[in-house]
Amino acid sequence: MRPPLSMREPLEEVGDALADDALTRTPPRVMSSRARLIVAIACVALLVAVPFVVPGYKTSLVIETLIFATLAMSIDLLAGYAGRVSLGHGAIFGIATYVVLYHVTTGGGSPWVAMLLGVAAATVAAVVFALLAIRTSGVYFLLLTLALGMIVWGMCLRWTSVTGGENGLRGTVAPAWLAAQPVFYFFILIATSLMTWLMWRFAHSPFGLTLQGIRESESRMRTLGYNVPLHLFIGFTVSGFFAGLAGTLYAFFNSFVSPSTVALAQSVEGLLMVIVGGVGTLFGGLVGAAVIIALENLVSFYTERWPMVLGFMFIVTMIFAPEGLLGFARTLLARRGAEHRS
Amino acid sequence: MNRRKFLSSASAVVAANAVTAVGPFVRPASAQGGPIRIGLLAPLTGVVAAGGKEMVEGFNLYWDQHGKKVAGREIEIIVEDDASNPDTALQKARRLVEQRNVNMLIGDLLANTGLAVAEYVKGNGVPYFIPIIAADDLTQRKRIPNVIRIAGYSASQMPRPLADYAYHKKGYRKVVTISQDYTFGYEQCGGFCQTFSENGGQVLHQFWQPLNTADFSPYLAQIQSLKPDVVYAMETGADANRFIQQYANFGLKGKIPMLGCMNLTDQSVIRTLGAECDGIVSSAQFCEGSTAPATEKFVAEYEKAFNKLPSLYGFSMYSGAMWLDAGMKAVNGNVEDRPKFLAAIRKVVLNDSPLGRPVRLDDYGNPIYDVYIREVKRRPDGKYWNVPLETVPNVSQFGKYDPETYLKQASYSRTFQGIKKS
Repeated sequence: MRPPLSMREPLEEVGDALADDALTRTPPRVMSSRARLIVAIACVALLVAVPFVVPGYKTSLVIETLIFATLAMSIDLLAGYAGRVSLGHGAIFGIATYVVLYHVTTGGGSPWVAMLLGVAAATVAAVVFALLAIRTSGVYFLLLTLALGMIVWGMCLRWTSVTGGENGLRGTVAPAWLAAQPVFYFFILIATSLMTWLMWRFAHSPFGLTLQGIRESESRMRTLGYNVPLHLFIGFTVSGFFAGLAGTLYAFFNSFVSPSTVALAQSVEGLLMVIVGGVGTLFGGLVGAAVIIALENLVSFYTERWPMVLGFMFIVTMIFAPEGLLGFARTLLARRGAEHRS
Repeated sequence: MNRRKFLSSASAVVAANAVTAVGPFVRPASAQGGPIRIGLLAPLTGVVAAGGKEMVEGFNLYWDQHGKKVAGREIEIIVEDDASNPDTALQKARRLVEQRNVNMLIGDLLANTGLAVAEYVKGNGVPYFIPIIAADDLTQRKRIPNVIRIAGYSASQMPRPLADYAYHKKGYRKVVTISQDYTFGYEQCGGFCQTFSENGGQVLHQFWQPLNTADFSPYLAQIQSLKPDVVYAMETGADANRFIQQYANFGLKGKIPMLGCMNLTDQSVIRTLGAECDGIVSSAQFCEGSTAPATEKFVAEYEKAFNKLPSLYGFSMYSGAMWLDAGMKAVNGNVEDRPKFLAAIRKVVLNDSPLGRPVRLDDYGNPIYDVYIREVKRRPDGKYWNVPLETVPNVSQFGKYDPETYLKQASYSRTFQGIKKS
């Protein structure tokens, strides 16, 4: 059932404004393929150099960035492509982290089995979330995923015998051969790159295009004969699967999980990364994660009022670059390209 | 860089790391002579920010009074905000150790933040001191050699003397407990209930309420209908404030006496309260209304510096700083030799602490105290504070139990409170 127009319009417009990126509709060639190649090689070279140039704490920050970027991108799969903004992905992410730590520390199992179980648990959670939420859109979808996430948080907080309650679960997860930082860094880099590529493939597959179609007009897609709920269901599940994968990596990295990992704040932070980077750009998640984590660390170096500074930055971003940093950069490049041609 | 070159350089780095990983406890002595860097973690934002600020105040007060120098080396204190969040605490601990090269970490307030940092230092051997974190198992079943509770206490340690006092001195036989529903509460109530029931007392009911309960009326009504001799309340922060107020508003004050954990009547809570907190009895190692000269001196100095009575947070971090000072002096400032430094910290007997009585650690890294049974009283100037009723000497975290036997018992939880069935 399509809600009356008056109820749908404002939010969809907000969603569109966020997602309305020239790129996702008709991807313009903002850069020549050669320029793209150069940028890609530069990025790879930069990422490979990290553990050698800035070993220690800064490398661990980059690891954290990569993991959260994956979470952000999984949120973007839904928010940017299907037009469904989820506030439950932090919980899906955290479920995987909990399962991995529980299996390894309490159960004494192998980390790789734990990883499989973690991803499976997150995917199952995503299936449940999806079944309940896909028939809604806009603010209803937002609130439903928020509520589902809060249920997970409440369970983690109160089911003390399994989750350790407020204190959480602790223990080294990563196997010994991953203990050295550069090795661990490359493990994370390869894993997250692979996931990014898979997500990119997914978003740009014919199936991914149907999600974009649903974002643009659900009724038109239905008229064209697409099973809209099924497509959204699959989209949500795939997105949850990647969030879960990111969650298992986080368990490897952090060796610790507590209810704050599944809390609303985690979902919001993931979403903020998407918005700052650019909704519907996929790689915007990486940019957003890098900017937010870097700023958090830089600003808190100078003032204990760092949350205020971050909040201010979000507002500024929203006013001057509502399409996100990556979207903004693309628009600039496109404009320059147009000037060149004319 | 071609692939082969990259691989060989990568493996070289890996090998180099493997070599350094062999001896995480041995640092090259070349750093010696520079300042001693202390990483202080405190929640300056988030739900317990008020307590976090007092932690920093207490810690800095000591160094301001005594000069930031030990054995000829400057003391450099680097404060980081853990945001009352374990993930942030972990991140900040990493930054302090890996980027700021601190020699040791101290602090954190919430148990979950402390446990997260403890897990991290377990891997790299950095000394970590926890004057505020009371989680039992950090000095019991899951103790870590380089995590020491200087100037702190473990959660179940303090309520035991109070349970004895309630049963033997006051003649209470039936208790109802109300507590915040998390580990710190399970441990405090466990300590109280186990001792109280083993003495012969009866635990009628235990209420576990969610953190940040705004309205206690359902609990208060049930407490009244259970007709206990006494209530034991385990509340911290704003919950403590609300519980004490509502207990008085609902007319239970004066009818059913209230006992509490030390946090219930800590200055951080009763500072803003009036007559409703009068007469609550609790137990703690510190009692700001004590007439011991050392305590009086400390309280006066603290009041002068910050215009308020010291809370547990300020006091514990002040004593913690004193403890570090003594430990660092014992190794002549050579904190880079971690095993020696940690051994020195363990051997410290603090004679000049604000408690006015010597304090030392047990074999498990938790202090042994003479515990005050204390009551909230009005000071002549109208402020409320805790004054001592009596003192129970030499209380360790194991109470009257044999440590090895005690450690075989399960950790306290919502389902296991050590209650002896009579």
